Amino acid sequence: MLKALQIDPGKCTGCKQCEMACSYVNEGEFNVSKSRIRVFDFHEDARFVPYTCTQCDEAWCQQACPVNAITTNEMGVKVVHDNLCVGCKVCTIACPFGTVNYNASTGKVIKCDLCGGDPACASACPTDAITFRDAEQSGFDKMKEWATKTTAGTEPTGPNAPA
Amino acid sequence: MGWTGKILRIDLTNGTVNTEALNMEWADKYLGQRGLASKYLVEEVDPKADPLGPENKLIMATGPLTGTCASTGGRYSVITKGPLTGAIACSNSGGYFGAELKFAGWDMVIFEGQSPKPVYVTIFDDDVQIRDAGGLWGKSVWEADKKIKSDHQDQMIHVAAIGVAGENEVLYSCIVNDLHRAAGRSGVGAVMGNKNLKAVAVRGTGGVKVKDFKTFMDATNAGKKVLKDNAVTGQGLPAFGTQVLMNVINEAGAMPTRNGKDVQFESANDISAEAMAEPRRSDGKPNLLTNQACFGCTIACGRISKIDETHYTVQNKPEYWHASGGLEYEAAWALGSATGIKDLEGLTYVNFICNEQGLDPITFGATVGAAMELYETGVIDDKITGGIELKFGSSEALVKCVELTGKAEGFGKELGLGSKRLTEKYGKPELSMTVKGQEFPAYDPRGIQGMGLTYATSNRGACHLRGYTVASEILGIPEKTDPLETDGKPGLVKAFQDATAAVDSSGLCVFTTFAWTLEDIAPQVDAAVEGNWTVDKMLEVGERIWNMERIFNNKAGFTAADDNLPERLLKDAAKTGPAKGLVAGLDKMLPEYYDLRGWTQEGVPTNETLERLAV
Repeated sequence: MLKALQIDPGKCTGCKQCEMACSYVNEGEFNVSKSRIRVFDFHEDARFVPYTCTQCDEAWCQQACPVNAITTNEMGVKVVHDNLCVGCKVCTIACPFGTVNYNASTGKVIKCDLCGGDPACASACPTDAITFRDAEQSGFDKMKEWATKTTAGTEPTGPNAPA
Repeated sequence: MGWTGKILRIDLTNGTVNTEALNMEWADKYLGQRGLASKYLVEEVDPKADPLGPENKLIMATGPLTGTCASTGGRYSVITKGPLTGAIACSNSGGYFGAELKFAGWDMVIFEGQSPKPVYVTIFDDDVQIRDAGGLWGKSVWEADKKIKSDHQDQMIHVAAIGVAGENEVLYSCIVNDLHRAAGRSGVGAVMGNKNLKAVAVRGTGGVKVKDFKTFMDATNAGKKVLKDNAVTGQGLPAFGTQVLMNVINEAGAMPTRNGKDVQFESANDISAEAMAEPRRSDGKPNLLTNQACFGCTIACGRISKIDETHYTVQNKPEYWHASGGLEYEAAWALGSATGIKDLEGLTYVNFICNEQGLDPITFGATVGAAMELYETGVIDDKITGGIELKFGSSEALVKCVELTGKAEGFGKELGLGSKRLTEKYGKPELSMTVKGQEFPAYDPRGIQGMGLTYATSNRGACHLRGYTVASEILGIPEKTDPLETDGKPGLVKAFQDATAAVDSSGLCVFTTFAWTLEDIAPQVDAAVEGNWTVDKMLEVGERIWNMERIFNNKAGFTAADDNLPERLLKDAAKTGPAKGLVAGLDKMLPEYYDLRGWTQEGVPTNETLERLAV
């Protein structure tokens, strides 16, 4: 089963625990500026939005990389190989979502790699705004929510319906 | 570890910036934030110094857990000598500013002297600059925040600023960070204004390390689970915010109402958490849109509200139609119950203006309440108020007052003095609901007896956050005590005061203590920094901090006579509710409290006590 991060901004409170968990796993310290996932505060619209790489199937970053430093692993994750990355930043331009970024202290680019299959951001999120689940079922919760609200056509009309 | 080990010393008189190492010997004795910065203050500032003069200093300080993943680990405090009280002041704030300061590489910033002209300070990692604030002076907190981010082309900057209230040295102006979180009490904003310091803008790209990551992650995860599983921190606060208390405290008969004339507010429900969540009759939408967390907080009690666009306060002011920080319990109480006003939308607007102009809503609301009593008893009239019909219950009057106070215009100039100086000016000091010059907040000591002793002995003037015995007396945390009884309260107050001083020095939010005890907190601190931080050591440090603050105040001229309550609470019995017939029994508690503290009956720590605590 292919799993993906599922982000529900409606549940986000802007606490940045995801950013701290990410930087701890990847940098060995709490450093939100180096986090691969970032939370944006639009509190004037009452919205907080976590944002990170969605692991595109046909990834712009990967196709743009001139030295093939970004490969796809068995979980579909686009992984940057630091030993190959030359820090040219072309991938940061190619990514339409801005989720690949340059790290000046290492001279390499950084992006989400799902922590090798157990993303720390999802474990750290206190409100389940970030979860890690079956990529094919990402719309299931919303479908169910709408289904719950649907009353039209739910009266039993089949041959065995009570009279 | 936990610490960056560096502090900034910024001399505003001479325009110089120096760095020094954090005094680790003091960090071991005073932990951080409130305790540690207070140690710096008492060593460097004459207790008799004029709070609004260049000899006073203003310290912005983080704790050892600020900038870590400990839940609520994003706090910072402002420590100075407070102009409202003349006592040591320590105001604590959340948002993101404190953590950002740590990420920029600084544990603490000490501001000294007085700039000859308005300036703001930028701290971008190691690049620290004092900059001309000509273009910012006169602007609101919100305008300044926007302009600084735009001028430096960086939306990730976090700003702590004063509004026009601080510039005008309104005695209860605050320092607002991240638009609507505030180091709120005792007039710390006026000190910043007096120093001609408009704002501090911070951007950090560094990291925070802790002593033992593995142990730290285990301890903080265990702490987070306790918060999640607790009814108050796991459900009540996220859903209702601190406003969850409005109906609870009112039913307990401990809601100071109309300048403390009553202990219950008949319209409390109209301004409660429940009212904020209900669809409005006018537009069918609720006042409350969502909750917000401060940095690292897994509770998320912050309120994000939007005012009804058709409400009279904003119908012609679309600039206030966006969502912003909504009513917390203390603000709703001060702006609403202390003034007898039940207009939820109006109170939300006034709260917005307090954030925008940088006013402490507790002292502001309570001062308007006192002014209303002066007006209704005929002591002041329309001529003095500039035509404001200052009647209890008048939302229009409150709105006019808030618009004038920050700007120090008209009657607002008198309101800016706070209720003590205002009522003294008109010969009615008994109408000021203050201790040591600071207005007490949303708990009436006639209905919650322990809070009377908390207010009377608080080192920063009347305050609920120095020893929140409401937790025990009303909510049963950690164990239930009878709110109407004075027996046992001196020990309870002391225990809360000492524990709170430790929590305030850690980088954590005191709201965690609805669920956490020091048993939960000490392991998190211990895994972050050196020093074998046990529960006993935390308590000892808390008690040391309390005594250090007390000694500063004693040297500043405070005596046991200042450990008092407004006459109204001591003489006028509660008229309704469970406390009906009761006054605040301070005299039954204070002598025992002094004994337990190891102080003389004159409120002075004995030599034995000082030696024991090595203050």
